[in-house]
Formats: sequence, C-alpha cells, structure tokens
Amino acid sequence: MPSSADELTASLPRGMDGPSSASLPGWLQAVVLPGASLLVAFIALVIWQYLPPALGVPKYIIPVPSALVEEMVRMWSQENLLMHIGSTTTMAVIGFALGGLFGAVFGYLLGLSPLWERILSPYILALQIAPKVAFAPLFIMWFGYNAIPKLIVTVLVVFFPILVNVLQSMRTVDRDLVNLARAYSMNGSQIFWKVRFPSSVPNLMAGLRIGATLAVIGVTVGELVGGEVGLGYLITFGEGQANTAMVFDAIFLLTLIGIVMYWLVAFIETRALHYIPKAHV
Amino acid sequence: MNTLPLAMLTAAPALELSHVTRRFAGRGRGHALFTAIEKLSFTVARGEFVSVVGPSGCGKSTILNLVAGLDQPSEGVVHLGGAPVLGPSQHVGFMLQKDLLLPWRTILHNVEFGLETRGLSATARRERALRELKRCRLLELAERYPYQLSGGQRQRAALARTLAIEPEMVLLDEPFSALDAQTKLVLQRSFADTIATTGVTTLLITHDLSEAVAMSDRILVMSERPGRIVENIDVGLPHRDNPLARQSLPRARALMAHLFDALHLEERLDG
Ligand SMILES: Nc1ncnc2c1ncn2[C@@H]1O[C@H](COP(=O)(O)OP(=O)(O)OP(=O)(O)O)[C@@H](O)[C@H]1O
Ligand SMILES: [Mg+2]
Repeated sequence: MPSSADELTASLPRGMDGPSSASLPGWLQAVVLPGASLLVAFIALVIWQYLPPALGVPKYIIPVPSALVEEMVRMWSQENLLMHIGSTTTMAVIGFALGGLFGAVFGYLLGLSPLWERILSPYILALQIAPKVAFAPLFIMWFGYNAIPKLIVTVLVVFFPILVNVLQSMRTVDRDLVNLARAYSMNGSQIFWKVRFPSSVPNLMAGLRIGATLAVIGVTVGELVGGEVGLGYLITFGEGQANTAMVFDAIFLLTLIGIVMYWLVAFIETRALHYIPKAHV
Repeated sequence: MNTLPLAMLTAAPALELSHVTRRFAGRGRGHALFTAIEKLSFTVARGEFVSVVGPSGCGKSTILNLVAGLDQPSEGVVHLGGAPVLGPSQHVGFMLQKDLLLPWRTILHNVEFGLETRGLSATARRERALRELKRCRLLELAERYPYQLSGGQRQRAALARTLAIEPEMVLLDEPFSALDAQTKLVLQRSFADTIATTGVTTLLITHDLSEAVAMSDRILVMSERPGRIVENIDVGLPHRDNPLARQSLPRARALMAHLFDALHLEERLDG
C-alpha cells in the first residue's frame, strides 16, 4: 500500500495543484490580470496620442495612434493591403513549414549518425552563427526579384534553431530508456519511433516556437531587400514616400502575424506535451 | 509460464556466470584497460532470489548489463537457462533505480511497452497489462500519466511492466534506493509478495544490507574493483514474502552484522 498522502496528491485534478493561485481565486485572476494588461495598453495609447503633439514632435517622426488607424484604412482601400498581408503570411507559413521539416529531418538523421554529426558539426556551428538574412541580396542576384529568394532566406532562418534543438535532444536521450527498449528486443526503427522521437518532441516544439517568430523576420528581410509585394515591401515604399504611419502600420501587422504563428505553435505544443506537468508559476 | 525454451526444461540453472571478466577501454592518459569485474563465477537456481551487495563501483550494474544481454563479457560466458547470452533475451526483465516509465504514455501503455515486440494482438496485450496492474494494485491508476503518480507507485508500475513479459529472470538494480524510508519498506513488502507469487528467478542488486537479508534466499558479497565474489551467504530464513517479519528475527540481525564486517564498512568509516 502506498501512503494515503501519495494517493491524495496524485488524485488532485490537473490545473489545481499549485500554490500559484494562493492570493486570488482562479476565475478572478483570469479577469484581473488581462484587465490590468489592457489598462496599461490604454494608458500608453493615450500618452502616445497626446504627448508627442504637445511636445511639438512632427507627425512624420512619430505619427499618433489615430493617424495610424486612418492610414490603415487608407492602405486597405487604396494599397491593396489584404493582398500584401496574404503574401507575407503565405511566405512565412510556407518558409516555416519547409524550414521546420528540413530542420527536423536533418536533426534526426544527424542525431542517428554520430559520425556525420562529428564531421559536419563545425559547419553547422558556422552556419548557425552566420547572419542568414545577409544572404538575401545574394539570392536575389541568383534567382531574381521573385518569391524564391525570400522563401530561401526564411527556410534558412527557420532551419537552424530546429536542427540544433532536435540534435540536442537526440544527444541527450536517456541511455537507460534506449537500453530498456533494447532489452525488450526492439530494433533500431522501433527504438526511434517508440523512444527517441517521442523523447525529442519537447525540444522539437521549442525549436518550432523559435522558428515561428524567425520566419516572419526572414520574409520581411526578403521583402525589404527585393520585392514588389508584402508588408516588408510596404515598409520600403512608405519610407520612400516619407509616410511614417505606413511604416508603423506595416511593422504592427508583421508583429501580429508573428504573434499568431507563435501562438498557434504554442497551442499545438501544449496539446502535444500534455503529459508534462505544468511548472508552478 | 507457457513459453519455456527447451533449455529451461533441463536441469540447467536459471543463470550461470563462468569466469566472466569485463574490461572497459581506459579513460584519460595511456590505453590501459580498466577491469570492472574479473573471473566472476556464480549460479542462480530457478525460482531463487539472490542479492548482490558490494562497494560502489565494484561492477554490480556491469553484471546486470551482461545478464540482460546489453553488454558482452570480455572473457567468460553467461548462460541463461543453459543457453549462452548473445544479446537481449525475451526471457529477462530488468528494472533500475529510475522507473524508466515513458512520460508520454499512460501507465497502462507503459506496461504494454515490453509486449509490443511479442507478436501479441492489441487485446491480448491489454489483457496481460491489466492483469499485471491488478497484481501490483495499480488498476485504478491505469489511465494516469507517470507524473501523476508518486515515486512508489511509479516503481510498482515499472515492476508491472517488467513482469508483463512473463520473464524467467528478473534483474533489479537498486530499485528502492531513490525512495524515502517508509515507502521503501512498503514497496519491499509489495515486491517480495509479488515475486513470491510469480515464482520468478530474481537477481537483486542493492546497497542496503538489511534489504538483502530481508528479501533474498542467498547473498553474494563482492570485493572492491575489480569485482569478485568474496562470500556466498545462505540466508536460510522463513517468510521470504514478508521482509518486515524477517527483519525482526535474531538470525537476520546476526547476518546483517556479518555482512557489515564482510564489507569492511568499519575500516572505511575510519579511513
Ligand atoms: N561503459 C563503461 N565504460 C567505461 N567504464 C565503465 C562503463 N560502465 C561502467 N564502467 C566502470 O566500471 C566500474 C563498475 O561500474 P558499475 O556501474 O558496474 O558499478 P556498480 O557496482 O554498479 O556501482 P554502484 O554501486 O555505484 O552503482 C565503475 O568503475 C565504472 O566507472
Ligand atoms: Mg550500479
């Protein structure tokens, strides 16, 4: 018989075990904290709206929030904003998916063959450090002003953190777990699918989360350097016209795309990793 | 047990190590080989419960790896039920200090883990897993994930997984050493009981002298590295299925005192 205290803690429903809600009940916390965040945003917007004009800062230096909203509406109706958003999002998603796929596959392959990992590790390190976005002009010279350069930059930017994370997890997989599987007469592919791969999922997901935010950076740089479409292009276009509000709006939208992608990956992550106890905050 | 290999039907002992030596490649300077165990011989009869005690680093876990077929001896042979060990065997289950439960699987699926290479149907696997969980009194926790269990419950789940493959031999490497004193006593009792009912041959590696006396039929004492068997003690006590009852017997006390001397614990405390 285990001690009854063990039984008790083990039978607590999930999400309720923890001192996190010591001062406030859960539902109240769920209302108060986001409310406080919104309040901060509101105060910041009010200051932004009234302080710069009061200090005499011209609107081509710092456009006020109301001007940003106006510009957003104008871009929507006159600059085909939806198409630009769509292009950037599509590129980011495709680049992220391809970069993630290649990164994961290479990570697992290298993780399974330590010899190749040893041979290639100096180059992986070098490429990981190299500023991938700086390759964008090169790819434009090679492939021209089309979608390919920005896609390649995005794939490269996403590829490395995922590769490195997967590789790391393959190196640190519990040897005793692998031995257990061997003792149960499992072959290499069974050990991979039943032990190594599931063990690596937390690292894979962490890599994907980083990759999701980097994907937007990759696409943006591609569009900034050479494009006729996308939010990055709108930034250079706005800059040429001294339209500061347009630049602000494009940056805002790019951030939004990044946040949504990050949030989606994080959502999938919590679903996939439900078996890991949540850390007490 | 319905899958006894032919060799098990003969009089061969369940486990036999003959002159087994294991050397490892030397670390650091030079290439001097590093001898973990040397010319080690012992046998374990079928149904017997044998404990191995010895100082840290004397090669106890090395023995376990050799018997499990995860490692090969540099010299000598290991026989299981009369057949030489050439690799992992379907008839050996092992358990470590770590429970080695897969955190992404429920307890039920963890217990099924070892059965997945046995060509059983999904329903047959489930039936066997449920039967083992019942034996280890974990049935109501079958759908939980490992993190939702206490350390003691997790170790019992690991035992259920080990027994689910219906092994002829169970290897236990300090299965209780990560537990607190009370849980340890409870679990020793539970393991002793389960092992007695299944009648499975057991090799227990432990640091805990009282555990060795309380649970086993025979105790092997190993020397400092390179590990050799320096003593072979018949416990000869009743109640193998109830370690608590055993520990209070006078002969158990005497045996523990003897083991204490045999391992030169006194000298090491002074030195
Ligand atoms: N794969 C290996 N390569 C090199 N040396 C090893 C290897 N495995 C074990 N050893 C060495 O062999 C010796 C015996 O190790 P082993 O793990 O069997 O000791 P042990 O008796 O189980 O110790 P403990 O009681 O601390 O668990 C140790 O000195 C260890 O460092
Ligand atoms: Mg050990």
